[in-house]
Amino acid sequence: MATTSTSTGDIKKTKSVEVKKKLNVLIVDDDTVIRKLHENIIKSIGGISQTAKNGEEAVNIHRDGNASFDLILMDKEMPERDGLSATKKLREMKVTAMIIGVTTLADNEEERKAFMEAGLNHCLAKPLSKAKILPLINNLMDA
Amino acid sequence: MDALVAQLQMQYRNYTVSLYQQGFLDDQFTELKKLQDDASPDFVAEVLSLFFEDCVKLIGNMARALDQTGTVDFSQVGASVHQLKGSSSSVGAKRVKGLCVTFKEYCEANNYEGCVRCLQQVDIEYKALQTKLQDMFNLEKQIIQAGGKVPQVDIN
Repeated sequence: MATTSTSTGDIKKTKSVEVKKKLNVLIVDDDTVIRKLHENIIKSIGGISQTAKNGEEAVNIHRDGNASFDLILMDKEMPERDGLSATKKLREMKVTAMIIGVTTLADNEEERKAFMEAGLNHCLAKPLSKAKILPLINNLMDA
Repeated sequence: MDALVAQLQMQYRNYTVSLYQQGFLDDQFTELKKLQDDASPDFVAEVLSLFFEDCVKLIGNMARALDQTGTVDFSQVGASVHQLKGSSSSVGAKRVKGLCVTFKEYCEANNYEGCVRCLQQVDIEYKALQTKLQDMFNLEKQIIQAGGKVPQVDIN
């Protein structure tokens, strides 16, 4: 269970940020900064993670059939294989993990819709934060 | 000792607030700081170190792409700009991110002079941010060495 602390004068309060399940997450992004940030966000909510530098790596991780991720954070624009293509391929391979697409604010409605239709469970715009992702993960896990 | 700590903490607060007010940082940097805890005490420094390495690499890529004799591949320049925009947005580097937005527009318009100007500005801005953040981290170190705690700074 991840906790955050705030201090008010001499009184220290602890707020529990409840994670309903220990998540195993695959973080797919071509940028090292974003991979590091997302790794720490997942760690802060009590999950564990593995990373892939692009969609092709993400697909290859699943090829032997032994991958068992609960959640995949999928960047949209990546070299070698982009997020849309990787998501489609993973769904064709019968990967049942929850896939959250990570887009930018510059992406228009049509682009987001096409990404969703590739097989996402949800889409979020960068930059991600703990506040953005935790309620979404809990809602999606409940559904 | 307490007076010194208090003075350093005040200095730190004022300096941090000024970085937001001057547009160097935005709320995403605040989110980044929230992720730092006892389990990841150097998280912010590590992420920023990666970001500045990214800046060097990507700006180098952009410069090489713009330096091509003959036709410039603006999509290649744009790809590096897109990446830098993403990473700067993720660490709260507001000015760098803003420049990348303009830079991307010049790439899409195949505007060589605009791209070159943006490249120069991005180079200046990331280096300025690097210096400012180093000063901020130095203040944190001084506070800790004086026996104090680094205060949480409320930007709003």
